[in-house]
Amino acid sequence: MSTKFNLDYDTVIVGGGLVGAAIACGIAASGARVAVLDGGDRDFRASRGNFGLVWVQGKGADFPTYAQLTRRAAQQWRDFADELQDATGVDVALQQTGGYDFCLSSEEWDARAREMHLVAEHSGGEFEYQMLDGDELRTHIPEVSAEVLGASFSPEDGHVNPLYLLRALHQRMAGLGVDYHADHRVHASRRDGEGFVIDTQRGSFRCERVVYCAGLSNQALGRDLGMSIPLRPLRGQLLITDRVPHFLHAATLQVRQTAEGTLQIGDSHEDVGLDESTTLEVITRLARRAVRIFPHLAQVRLNRAWGALRIMTPDGAPIYHRSDEHPGAYAVSCHSGVTLAALHARDIASWICGGGALDPLIGAFSADRFDV
Amino acid sequence: MFRLLADASEQVDVELDGVEVSVPAGVSVAAALLYLGRIPTRHSPVTGAARAPFCMMGACFECLVEIDGVSQRACQRQVEAGMRLRRQLRSDGDSL
Repeated sequence: MSTKFNLDYDTVIVGGGLVGAAIACGIAASGARVAVLDGGDRDFRASRGNFGLVWVQGKGADFPTYAQLTRRAAQQWRDFADELQDATGVDVALQQTGGYDFCLSSEEWDARAREMHLVAEHSGGEFEYQMLDGDELRTHIPEVSAEVLGASFSPEDGHVNPLYLLRALHQRMAGLGVDYHADHRVHASRRDGEGFVIDTQRGSFRCERVVYCAGLSNQALGRDLGMSIPLRPLRGQLLITDRVPHFLHAATLQVRQTAEGTLQIGDSHEDVGLDESTTLEVITRLARRAVRIFPHLAQVRLNRAWGALRIMTPDGAPIYHRSDEHPGAYAVSCHSGVTLAALHARDIASWICGGGALDPLIGAFSADRFDV
Repeated sequence: MFRLLADASEQVDVELDGVEVSVPAGVSVAAALLYLGRIPTRHSPVTGAARAPFCMMGACFECLVEIDGVSQRACQRQVEAGMRLRRQLRSDGDSL
């Protein structure tokens, strides 16, 4: 095959999932010519199998800057969702009416109380939350069983429909003139003069700047340009039920009710390598836990289950990395592509457009933190 | 509204909303309900809107009907003698 060069891109984004699409929108909005090189439909696709939470509570309990970053991201969401809807007509069904994380044992309660306290401390006391005992919790959600000890609640949490979000971001990219190339799996990158050459199965692309947003593949792809991005896959299985009357008016970490009435029951966190299958054992465990929390769900029918490989960094926080060896090369890896979507389209895109300038908040997320 | 292309050579008796009815043997529950003209077959538990079989191939979930006590897609089950069918209508007061 002869090599086909596409010379004109300022920025090539490798990966068209939630992370790549959000960053592509942000960079294209600054006027840069952007191409997104996406993988195939049968690649691992964390963005097509996630839960949809915009979640603050508990994150960064042991990493204060991550707690701050997450709160900033969640606070940008309303405005971002409105902007997406204005530009694309797609309503991503954002609901930021709070979130509950149920505690079924006193150990869970103690661990949760500690995390929430730390996150509040990291925010200088601004993070709002309550630890609700069982009786208080049942005044919020009467369907919760007597077996549930309580829950942590934060009004800062919420959820979106993650599939509508992906669609809105892709529509927005197209509107901003981003060239989206599906089924262009990248296999290598190299420096070429002032820029980079990115080789795909369907020809090569030349660009000034490259941003890897390729999920688990960032680890292998980053090495080409001197970046060490440590990642591991974490399998999450989710269950989907029939549509039922609305009884959840806020998000919970265990069960999410979509605007259409469907219940999404999740999710597992399994360290099983590159295996995205579903297992009866985990489906049973997830369904049992959901029924322990909400006994009336015993009568609701499950329609399907899926597994997806989520991205996990060694400390659970995102990686925003700039290559020192090859200025112009970046890697973005995170577990929470939904929660952080607004931040990616704004702060992270600006950071990249500004040449990865030192920023006290974003600088804390360099992969250099793992070099010991 | 719907009619069979060929006369049914055989009929089976099922119970629909507590009343015994005869339907053509060998068809799906969804087809039998359409043949009988018993639509809507349910009301949406979320919006209350009337629903009826639509895709007839298991994809759209619009034809959910209670069959022998379990809510399921009527297009994916063949009628069997003695089946107990119940439409999930709003007036039932139990739309789950």
